[in-house]
Amino acid sequence: MALLFLLPSLMGLIFLSLLPMVISMVASLTDWEYTRGLGNWNYVGVKNFLDLFTDAWFIKSLKNTIFYTIGTVPIGIFIALVIASLIDNFCSDKIAGYVRIALYMPNICNVVAVSVIWMALYSTQGPITNMVRALGWEDPPRWLANYHWALPSVMVVAVWAKLGYNVFMYGAAMAALPRDLYEAADLDGASEVQKFRYLTIPLLQPTTFFLTITAIISSFQSFGYTNVMTKGGPIDATYTLVYYIYKTAFSYTKTGYASAIAVVLFAMLLVVTIIQWIHNNRDE
Amino acid sequence: MAKIASVGSNTPKNRAMRFLVTLFIIALTVFMVSPFIWMVSAAFKKEADVMTTQLQLLPGYFYPNNFLKVLGFNSASDYHFIRSYANSIKVGVLATMVSVGSSVLAGYAFAKLRFPGSGALFILYLSQLMIPSQLTLIPRFVIFSEIGLTGTHWALILPKVVSVSSTFMMRQAFLSVPDELRESAKIDGAGEFRTFLQIMAPMAIPSIAAIATVQFMGSWNNYMDPLIFISNWRQWTLPLALNAFVGDTGRQYGLTMAACCMATIPVFVVFLSGQKFFLRGLTVGSVKG
Repeated sequence: MALLFLLPSLMGLIFLSLLPMVISMVASLTDWEYTRGLGNWNYVGVKNFLDLFTDAWFIKSLKNTIFYTIGTVPIGIFIALVIASLIDNFCSDKIAGYVRIALYMPNICNVVAVSVIWMALYSTQGPITNMVRALGWEDPPRWLANYHWALPSVMVVAVWAKLGYNVFMYGAAMAALPRDLYEAADLDGASEVQKFRYLTIPLLQPTTFFLTITAIISSFQSFGYTNVMTKGGPIDATYTLVYYIYKTAFSYTKTGYASAIAVVLFAMLLVVTIIQWIHNNRDE
Repeated sequence: MAKIASVGSNTPKNRAMRFLVTLFIIALTVFMVSPFIWMVSAAFKKEADVMTTQLQLLPGYFYPNNFLKVLGFNSASDYHFIRSYANSIKVGVLATMVSVGSSVLAGYAFAKLRFPGSGALFILYLSQLMIPSQLTLIPRFVIFSEIGLTGTHWALILPKVVSVSSTFMMRQAFLSVPDELRESAKIDGAGEFRTFLQIMAPMAIPSIAAIATVQFMGSWNNYMDPLIFISNWRQWTLPLALNAFVGDTGRQYGLTMAACCMATIPVFVVFLSGQKFFLRGLTVGSVKG
């Protein structure tokens, strides 16, 4: 009986998740090109993995992905923490509700629309460029077309798009904080900054941890903004791991090699997940 | 949400402080949504007025032509926007039905039906959360090609049959429904499936609504899957049509912003009407269970 209830999702699990995963693992050890059809491949051992070490494009993609993650995750989460705590402390419930929903809007917008809007904002006559000029920088770079500015420009969009989600999650967590601790701190004459530093930040640690881990995982899988806004360019400036997998697998049809990169990505995410798992179990 | 700080006390100094911070937060929020404000404003402007140095929220004229062009009126080329809209709705509705159906059934089995190996199987489900979709993407593409599903909407709908987070959420929802209800239905002679459909599932409707909104939005905004599985414009979903439109019209920003308006504003409306369920669905994923 239970099997009947589980059948649809179990079939999906086996044929759309487990089986493809095994195929990917096997394919990563072959010279497979997907156009030749499933199973039509030659084993090459760990050659694909060894090649990665000397592949300049892979190394650049990996560096970009790590830079992107380090540059977006902590900043995005810290800004969200400050904003969420200001909202929670100083705004009326009604205004807090509106603000949270307004901030959340970028998050429900599809990645293509977000990218297209920001491409217009970043264009040479666009509002951002004009604003920067008005602030006294007479010759600002062409953001997305400049080798050094392209990746940071994409990162700004990523932080912007994610902020509302982080603020919302912090807001939900703050609603559950013990109020008596804050009242006790008030009696002792603690300042707002002290309460933020010694009460709010430590008490919200589980939420911060959850947001950090999930943000790292999704940053490592970043693809959409890059694909729409820069196509990985200029040259290799905004290549991310997943963009490189996509190009290798579908533009160059080096499917075996692309599978090897995907396996490396999986291994890295596995490490992050294990850290999370150990952390959660230590708490209990 | 409850206030946690001292600023509830009503001294003039505190009131001034609250007023100032609230003003600051509102200004910040307006700044954060200003790209959307700019989008709407640009969509109603003639091309020459879009990129100007002085800020102008609305032009002194009414100019709906950008929208008409996007829809294919007054325009030499058709961008298949309406068709892509219909496709996105179709895929969204079917994907939501498939994923809600299978997660409700599976969540119920994990919560209420005792069977050997249920614990191990549940852990196998949860372990799927670690697997990046990119690892399964290429073989999925090849499998779908072999059975002739690439280029059809089924390639976008079928994968939704397994959704770990939704299954997990439904399991939590059914765990909180008391067992007595199920037992009394059985005593009255209802079969397992009828008990589920008529007694248990209605108890979980808020959670079902939550996963349905999350799934619909996920499908509506999905970009990578359609990009890989769909090539013919007849099957395009909205993100693909938007991307192609931008590729064609390039630097005509009034036009591209009108297209963005049409792609985003309906989602905002759905979100605002369903936000209670949607935001609820978000927080459930973060609690340990």
